[in-house]
This record gives sequence, structure tokens and C-alpha cells, in this order.
Amino acid sequence: MPPRGGVGGAGYPGTVIIGIDTSLGTAVAAIARDGEVLADEQSANPLGHAEVIGDLLRRATAVVPAPTHVAIGMGPGPFTGLRVGIAAARVYALGRGVPVVPVPSHDAVALGVLLADALTGVDTPRFAVVTDARRREFAYSVYDGIDDDGLPVRITDAALSPRDDLDERLADLGAVRIETTRVSAAMIALAAARALDAGRTLADGEPLYLRSPDVVAAHAPKRVS
Amino acid sequence: MNAPLVLGIETSCDETGIGIVRGRQLLSNTIASSMDEHARYGGVVPEVAARAHLEALQPSIDAALAEAGVTLGDLDAVAVTSGPGLAGALMVGVGAAKGLAVALDKPLYAVNHLVGHIAADILDADAGELEYPTVALLVSGGHTSLLLVRDLTSDVEQLGETMDDAAGEAFDKVARLLKLPYPGGPEIDRAAATGDPTAIRFPRGLSRASDMASHRYDFSFSGLKTAVARWVEQHEAAGRPVPVADVAASFREAVVDVLVTKALDACARHGVPRLLLGGGVIANKRLRDVALERAGAAGVAVRIPPLRLCTDNGAMIAALAAELIASGRRPSTLAFGADSTLPVTEIQVAEDPDAEPPILRAESSPRAGAAS
Ligand SMILES: [Zn+2]
Repeated sequence: MPPRGGVGGAGYPGTVIIGIDTSLGTAVAAIARDGEVLADEQSANPLGHAEVIGDLLRRATAVVPAPTHVAIGMGPGPFTGLRVGIAAARVYALGRGVPVVPVPSHDAVALGVLLADALTGVDTPRFAVVTDARRREFAYSVYDGIDDDGLPVRITDAALSPRDDLDERLADLGAVRIETTRVSAAMIALAAARALDAGRTLADGEPLYLRSPDVVAAHAPKRVS
Repeated sequence: MNAPLVLGIETSCDETGIGIVRGRQLLSNTIASSMDEHARYGGVVPEVAARAHLEALQPSIDAALAEAGVTLGDLDAVAVTSGPGLAGALMVGVGAAKGLAVALDKPLYAVNHLVGHIAADILDADAGELEYPTVALLVSGGHTSLLLVRDLTSDVEQLGETMDDAAGEAFDKVARLLKLPYPGGPEIDRAAATGDPTAIRFPRGLSRASDMASHRYDFSFSGLKTAVARWVEQHEAAGRPVPVADVAASFREAVVDVLVTKALDACARHGVPRLLLGGGVIANKRLRDVALERAGAAGVAVRIPPLRLCTDNGAMIAALAAELIASGRRPSTLAFGADSTLPVTEIQVAEDPDAEPPILRAESSPRAGAAS
């Protein structure tokens, strides 16, 4: 892994990025631009996002009086919980008057995998980050290595697959399966920091729902007699 | 005490409401509605509503601040609807409110949506002081509640509520079976304009003598909806054209009759000569007319907030929080969630025993326009 520390930080003194992700559990972190983790708060509970987001955010931001960016995990993830984090992050950023940096949540997982492997000198094969998407489906994104900006190389954007079909799809893509039940907010923030350094955009500002609102179109009224 | 400047966030159903008040003074009542997106489904679809809230929040906050001529740094407190309402929709507002309160390091008040509807009345500068106790009838697409309000911030009792559909839902469903578009309220009204409200005697739910013991102040509209459906089917089966105007007028009369009868009964039985109306269905002119006429005959004074404040909005949420602050209540903790069935007796949620009530800045603060 190339030395990232200080590269962007030199140009941006005092840069502090808040990372927020509620695509699986609830996680809030604060990092310096060089990647130093200043705070890392999380609740592994897959529910209760609305209940915990405020306290986690307050604890994580207590140590950083002047955050400069808010990185948001945009999913994919169960919609109701995912929205809690995006809403809190957007309005927190509005309140602080700082910009948001949207990050695909799977990118953060992939970055964590690649950094961990780099630390132990393991060569990471092409892999898929796989998360539960409910309704007997998985969400997955395929990655292959890390690029010069220190960001995971995303081969396919997040998509849905029926649970029983996933292994076959991943075999076709030559990707090993890495299933996860948590997303690190510190990695969300680090991916954002690297994207900012490189002048890149990782995601547009919209949640990665991957599914249209599940609705039944208006049908003819049922007969009652 | 200086009147607190409060921003209220309301996302319990299909309106994203951002309101800003200074005490009892309304500074902005910004509403973004996703109603058009629900039209093709004939009713509010929770996931569609929740997505729309997330999209509308930020622009609505910006618009409300601009209209009120204040900045976020000027706010004394943030308020949000904790419930009742659609869980997924409520959670968007709760997340946003917590994000804002933490960003600004300002107190957060989590409040009851239904009591918010009552608080809307105090923003009506022309109406004079709200007198207690008062009976309140709240009618919308999401709720139909009859309340006894002894004090807005400390004592609201539920007398009754709908056992099935909300009145507004009944309008939507009957509109659909008459092949009228969504939302049903204004469509039924239009169709009923030329109809005879006495043409068909549709049932008045929970109004029999046998209902009076346990459901005197409760409502039921699903039987009425079924009765209308059956009447229409039988008419069609006989090969006769459905007299839509008469059906619409007779249905509307049944809804209005049962709402007004029960509300005035509550006034009489509790010796309260005051009735407050709230909720989006109050936009229905026939309901207002019948309520005013029959209340007048019964010696009951009726209060109706301006219609923009009757439909779901953030200003009423901010107004309720401002009243809570004025009465010395402490802010909520950050640990509350969305409660889709929050009882009306819980006017404020998760009041923090360790917090201090907000200290308001001295008169004529020169900080307007400056962010903290
Ligand atoms: Zn309402």
C-alpha cells in the first residue's frame, strides 16, 4: 500500500472527516485526512438506527470541534435503516455548513479488506462484498485490487442477486465471496478522504436502493357482496 | 422570557413539513407533499413517502430558513415528530432532527404529532387565546381522534379514536369505488355538490345504543365503506346507472354526521363548550359547515386553525415545542426512536431528567444572520 499519510493532509490542514453508515448496523467515526482514526462509534444492532444515531454522532463528534466533511454510506442496505443515517448525515452537514461526500457502503468494506490484507502481506484475489438485501436476495459489488489513489477498484457496481444464484454469478465473475454484517464508518470516511485527495466522486448523492418502492399498483375495488 | 426560536420537523405521513416559529409567532410553514406520487396507488405508500421525505428534507429546511429570515445558528431548539405515524417515514425526520441538534449543539424536543395538531391553533394570531378545557376533533387520512385537552403541554386525554380506517382513508376508498381519483376528499366533495345527502341512509358507525357503553367516542368507517360498496354493486347488478352525486353526498353526510355528533356529545358530557377542529379532512367544507351550525345550536364555540396549519406541518411541531420550553420542560434525550402508535398522553417523548431547560438569549439579540 502506498504511503497516503500527509499527501492530501498537507494541502488541507485541519481536515477532519465524519463518516456515517447505517446500511447494516449504525456506525459513526471521525478521521483526520491522513487516515488517523479520531473516533469510532458503533452499534452492531441491525435495528434501532433511529434510537442510537444521535448519541453515536454526538460522541464521535465531541472529539472533533470542527469537522470539514461528512462522508455518507449510501448503501445498499435495508431502506428504513439506511435512510436514518443519510438523513442524519445530510442535515448534520447542513448544520455544520460542510459538504457531504457520498460513498458506496460496499467500497468501505472492500477498502477494509484490502488494507487488512496489505498489512499481512496477503495478495487479495478478486472478491465480492456481499450483504443481506432481505427478500431472499443478496446485494453484491465486485472489487479487484487497489488503485494508485488508494481506493478499491470496483469491477461491478452494487447489484441484487437471488440468494441461490449468487455463487454461480460470482464464479462467472471469478470473484470470491466475502460476506459481511457490518460496515466501518472509519472506512467510509477513509474512502471519502482518498476520493477527495484524488478529486474523484465515488457515488452520486442518492441512496443505493437497487429496488423500486415495493408497491402494488391500484387495483379494482374488491367486491363485497 | 424571550420567545424561543424553534425549527420543527414533521414526517409522519406524506408531507415533509419544516416549520419555524418564534414562540407563538409563525415565521415559516414549509410543506413538500408526495401526494402526487401516491395518486396512482390510491393511497399513501409508506416506502414512497419515506423516500420522498429524504429527498425533500434539505431543500425544505433551506426554504423555511429563507422564508423566516433566520439562520440555523439563530435557533434555540429543534423539534421533531416522534409519533404516531408511519414508522419508516417518522424515522427520516428523527434521524434528521438528531443530526441537526448535534450539529448545532441545541436542545431537541421529540413530540406527539396529534398534540401538534392542537398546537397549530396557537399560531393563529387572530384567534385569541386557546381556552381550556377544550374538546378536539382531529380528522385526517391517518387518524381520527377525539381528545379532551385540559392543557396543551401537560394534560391531553384521548376520549376515542377510529377502530379501523381513518376518515380521510374512507374518503379515498369510497372515491375509488366510485371511480374518482385520489385524494378522495376533494373529489367526493365535487361529486357531492349536486347530490342529495338524504338520498341514501348509510350507517353511522358505532352509534347504536349498544355501542355507547364502550365505544361512545370511538369511530368506525370500514362498515360504512362496505355499505357504500354493496349499495353500488347492487345498483350495478340491477343494470341501473350509479347516481354518483347522491352516493357521494350521502356517504359524506354519514361521515360528517358521526364526527360532529360524537364531538358535540363529548362537549355535552364533559361540560366543555369549546370544540377545536384539526387535521387535513377539516378542509372539507361540509364538515366545517355542519360542525359550525350544530355547535352553534348547542352553544359550543368552534375553533378552526387556518387550513395550511390543519394539514400535517412542521410549524405545529415547532409550536408545541415552543410551548413546552415556555412551560419549563427539559429537552428530550437523543435516545428516542419513532413510535408509530405513540399514545396522545405522551405529549413529549424521552424528557431528559439530567438536562437543563434551554436558557434563552436576552431580548433583541444582535446575532441574527450569524451562524454560531
Ligand atoms: Zn396529522
